[in-house]
Amino acid sequence: MEICNWGNYPRIDATLIDFDNAEDLLLPLAEKKSLIARGLGRCYGDSALNETIISTLRFNRLLAFDDNTGVLTCEAGVSLKEIIDVFMPRGWFLPVTPGTKYVTVGGAIASDVHGKNHHNAGTFSNHLISVAVLLSSGSIQSCSRHENGDLFWSTCGGMGMTGIIVQATFQLIPIPSSYIVQETLRAGNLGQIMELFETSIDWTYTVAWIDCLTTGKTQGRSILMRGKHAKAENLTQWKEATEPFAIKAASKINIPVFMPNWILSNSSVRLFNSLYYNKAPRHTQRSITDYDKFFYPLDSLINWNRIYGKRGFTQYQFVLPKEGSGKGLKKILARISAAGLGSFLGVLKLFGKQNNLISFPMEGYTLALDFPINERLFPFLDTLDDIVLDYGGRLYLTKDVRMSERIFRGGYKKSEKFIALKHRYDPQNKFQSMQSQRLGI
Amino acid sequence: MGYVLIVGAKSDIAKALAHEYARQGFDLYLAARYSARLESEALDLRIRYGVKIAIFELDITAYEAHASFYEDLEPKPVGVIMVVGYLGNQAKAESDFSETMRIIETNYSGCISLLNIIANDLEQRKTGFIVGISSVAGDRGRKSNYLYGSAKGAFTIYLSGLRNRLSKPGVHVLTVKPGFVETRMTKGMNLPGRLTSTPAEVAHDIFAAQQKRKDVLYTKWFWRFIMLIIRHLPESIFKKMNL
Repeated sequence: MEICNWGNYPRIDATLIDFDNAEDLLLPLAEKKSLIARGLGRCYGDSALNETIISTLRFNRLLAFDDNTGVLTCEAGVSLKEIIDVFMPRGWFLPVTPGTKYVTVGGAIASDVHGKNHHNAGTFSNHLISVAVLLSSGSIQSCSRHENGDLFWSTCGGMGMTGIIVQATFQLIPIPSSYIVQETLRAGNLGQIMELFETSIDWTYTVAWIDCLTTGKTQGRSILMRGKHAKAENLTQWKEATEPFAIKAASKINIPVFMPNWILSNSSVRLFNSLYYNKAPRHTQRSITDYDKFFYPLDSLINWNRIYGKRGFTQYQFVLPKEGSGKGLKKILARISAAGLGSFLGVLKLFGKQNNLISFPMEGYTLALDFPINERLFPFLDTLDDIVLDYGGRLYLTKDVRMSERIFRGGYKKSEKFIALKHRYDPQNKFQSMQSQRLGI
Repeated sequence: MGYVLIVGAKSDIAKALAHEYARQGFDLYLAARYSARLESEALDLRIRYGVKIAIFELDITAYEAHASFYEDLEPKPVGVIMVVGYLGNQAKAESDFSETMRIIETNYSGCISLLNIIANDLEQRKTGFIVGISSVAGDRGRKSNYLYGSAKGAFTIYLSGLRNRLSKPGVHVLTVKPGFVETRMTKGMNLPGRLTSTPAEVAHDIFAAQQKRKDVLYTKWFWRFIMLIIRHLPESIFKKMNL
């Protein structure tokens, strides 16, 4: 069947194998063909693509939960949405969540996802106690920081290269309510938004929407959103106060068809950005918002990826070390606005300290931009790659669909060790994706 | 709220039913062959819904074990859902009678062997419900699956007789006729998207129909009309069709 991930590019013909029990996988493991595990397919590019794909979606059971400590053990195919639906009413939330709740636990580990609280909470693996991986030998190996540490660190952020993640134990965090106290602040340019990030360091969650098309004095104008979990005394509305742990029903708004490509022309994006920026209040605005709107604004538009048309899109997400972030970002923003390739959504965030084996985040600024696929795009992104590398940065593997092996190795300083470990745990090179083949992993 | 017994608990529709009933607060008896595979399912249901789950090993074609299986259920269930089904291999069954027997025994004789026992108990207690998952395939024989279809058709007639018998003591009998459902059983078949439902949708429909004490449920609902047409096609035309 035809399969693609969230970016709708590339589309390939693949065989999807699902399983109820880990033993069901011994047969496909024994065959010659290479495999890759896949959850909800929310990586953007070709990370979870191969001619043979192991889908974890049926392997989705909660196995243990400790009401006192908030430690959860579950199978890899459980989605973050399910975890929220079950545990939020009991006062628990994910320690780290990406911008969509439609990812699986296995995917969250393989991508070592980060969220708006990275500056104080780190990535998902910071809260991971242990993980069980089905290796190419057919045995299930448990690993943690203290036991089989090499396997643990090459699995967290390892894009499924060590094996199939089948089970995980991790920490949920207690929350006072399912609501967020949010502040929205406008920043007139890049310097201002960077200052705002620095001064917002004590807020649990920070993220900014950035206009990538303006130049000159208003280059990098942004809207910062910062938030923290609302306590009972913050909830003044009757509905919020009586149901402090309310769960939001899943959205029913669907983008039913692919939009034509001209919709995202340079001028329409410019117009949208201008409206969006000017809609934000000039002065700090405080409000109470529910978790769904705060963490998952795009989840309310089912199939929003179709906005980018049939040819699909990619998200270019890089991080630059904090030192030099300002200069690098300016350079890249100038290139983007000059190229006019229409980036609808730019998201900026200041990461905290992190130095894992193969995980994406490092201390510094990360910028994520969506681009519709067209023939001019990839050569243009190649030029951005060189700037990113010059400033000591790297690209997020989960969003990537086109970077070269050189850029991968140059950005991920410990890639050699990661690749060596991958081949130690997977000597027959059983676990491969289109991405890993492209990157020489 | 009491226990609901789900027989054939490993199937996709059964799993969806387990979630549906547990979400509503019912405790569950899950019975199936190779029931060890249900252990993780039971852990999951307990964590999600805080209900009690017990697992039982049961082979629907091992008739002699049925009485003691039901005897051991304590407390007795408030209702039973018979989800057991075996599509079988029509082509193979046409020349291999053991395959034909397997289709008949799994879909028909096994189910009624157990339901006879349960019906007697519920009749005596004058309470409870019996849900039987039959199939639209039992409404009219087609060359592609008439062995499965005839066993399901017999099961449909059994359930209607049971409903007649138990209506006086107040035991509710619901016949469910799902159309195309996306499950393990239908995996690899090229099912038409718009006519196909998910196990969760089917389970939701079944729960609603059982609560409302409906007699016959087609799911999705439009299958009632599709089958109305199919049943009324003249045999002289029907026999020449490729269905």
